[in-house]
Amino acid sequence: MDKWSFGLTMMIVGVGGTFLTLGVLSVVMGLLKKAFPLRGEEAGSEKKSTPAN
Amino acid sequence: MLESILAGLSGLAAGIEFLFSSGLPNVIMLLVGGGLLYLGVKKQVEPLLLVPIGFGCALVNIPLSELMDDGGMLRTLYEAGIANELFPLLIFVGIGAMTDFGPLLENPKILLFGAAGQVGIFLTLLLALALGFPELEAVAIAVIGACDGPTAIYVASQYAPQLLGPISVAAYSYMALVPIIQPPIMKALTTEKERVVRMGTIKKSVSRQTRLLFPIVVTLVTGLIAPKGLPLMGTIMLGNFMRESGVVARLTHASENEIANIVTLFLGLAIGGTMEGHAFLKPATLAIFGLGFVAIALDTVAGVGFGKLMCWLSGGKINPLIGAAGISAYPIAARVVQQQGQRYDKRNYLLMHAAGANTGGQVGSVVAAAIMLSVLKGMGMI
Repeated sequence: MDKWSFGLTMMIVGVGGTFLTLGVLSVVMGLLKKAFPLRGEEAGSEKKSTPAN
Repeated sequence: MLESILAGLSGLAAGIEFLFSSGLPNVIMLLVGGGLLYLGVKKQVEPLLLVPIGFGCALVNIPLSELMDDGGMLRTLYEAGIANELFPLLIFVGIGAMTDFGPLLENPKILLFGAAGQVGIFLTLLLALALGFPELEAVAIAVIGACDGPTAIYVASQYAPQLLGPISVAAYSYMALVPIIQPPIMKALTTEKERVVRMGTIKKSVSRQTRLLFPIVVTLVTGLIAPKGLPLMGTIMLGNFMRESGVVARLTHASENEIANIVTLFLGLAIGGTMEGHAFLKPATLAIFGLGFVAIALDTVAGVGFGKLMCWLSGGKINPLIGAAGISAYPIAARVVQQQGQRYDKRNYLLMHAAGANTGGQVGSVVAAAIMLSVLKGMGMI
């Protein structure tokens, strides 16, 4: 395989694979939120989140 | 007697003699080490990494120091944690323990910004190949665009160890330069109207179960799709699971403090040790620094471009500036988006949305690297 075929393969599979994987994760996370919704008492005790480095 | 005294004195003068005979690269690298120390101490540019890297660079370039020879201190550190990929992975446990994925979980769709922010990696791979780098070196250089130091070190140490020094320094330097690199690109690619889009406040909607299951699900899904990246994703998600479980506070604390601090020191020194003048000062090093800059600029272009697409698809509800936070430099990129948003509308608060995209970028950078490695494995190249 010449280097341009290699580069284009990496580009197509890499970008496509990254979008696909994160898309799947995004859907799964949405399903998780629906399966385990935030309950009233939990919302009250939810600790304040702090961004970390 | 006189002869032995002269022989002894020649041993004392050997280093200075070397410096004047063939030590010009070492002199230059001693200045580079001094420059890194200056940036870390005076300008506060990633001091936790640049100070040990700068000092390690100075140590290894003192002639005849033998620190990177077999049994030398820096060689021992290198073999202990970089040659076998341990140090970046231990740092990833700490990063996972420090990262709050809450803003991302509040709006999972924002994870796609983390994918757009990695496009620069793949474009840079093509550029590196065009400049004549062999395939594996081109991959390692392109991963600078992940804006993720440990991932860049992990990939370089495994597949292009001869480029580890310049790749590591470029990755951490450009991460610190994100506030300078991104704003002009963000301004150039967006209209005044787009920059002032308000996205509203984020309502807390994530349960503890979801936070706990998130790291497990991410590990499983990405591990199944791209198993070569499992060490990276597994360690970051281990740290995050410990954080969210709340039952191993001592381990979480140790991961984000003591372990991360010690490993950062060793990692920095060992990387500095790879910067010996005769090996480091090559045209390839300059090319790597140039490509690293291009990679991060292209990531920003792709992220903001994707933000514009999402803005259009959502009927103007998404501010395209948050696309710039889809890279992994956390929380620097999120802060840049917040600052730029408020520059055009002082009452626009984009920080939490940008933090979501930014944590998405952390996951995205690891996924992109993992996919690259798995594709290489599939092609039989590693």
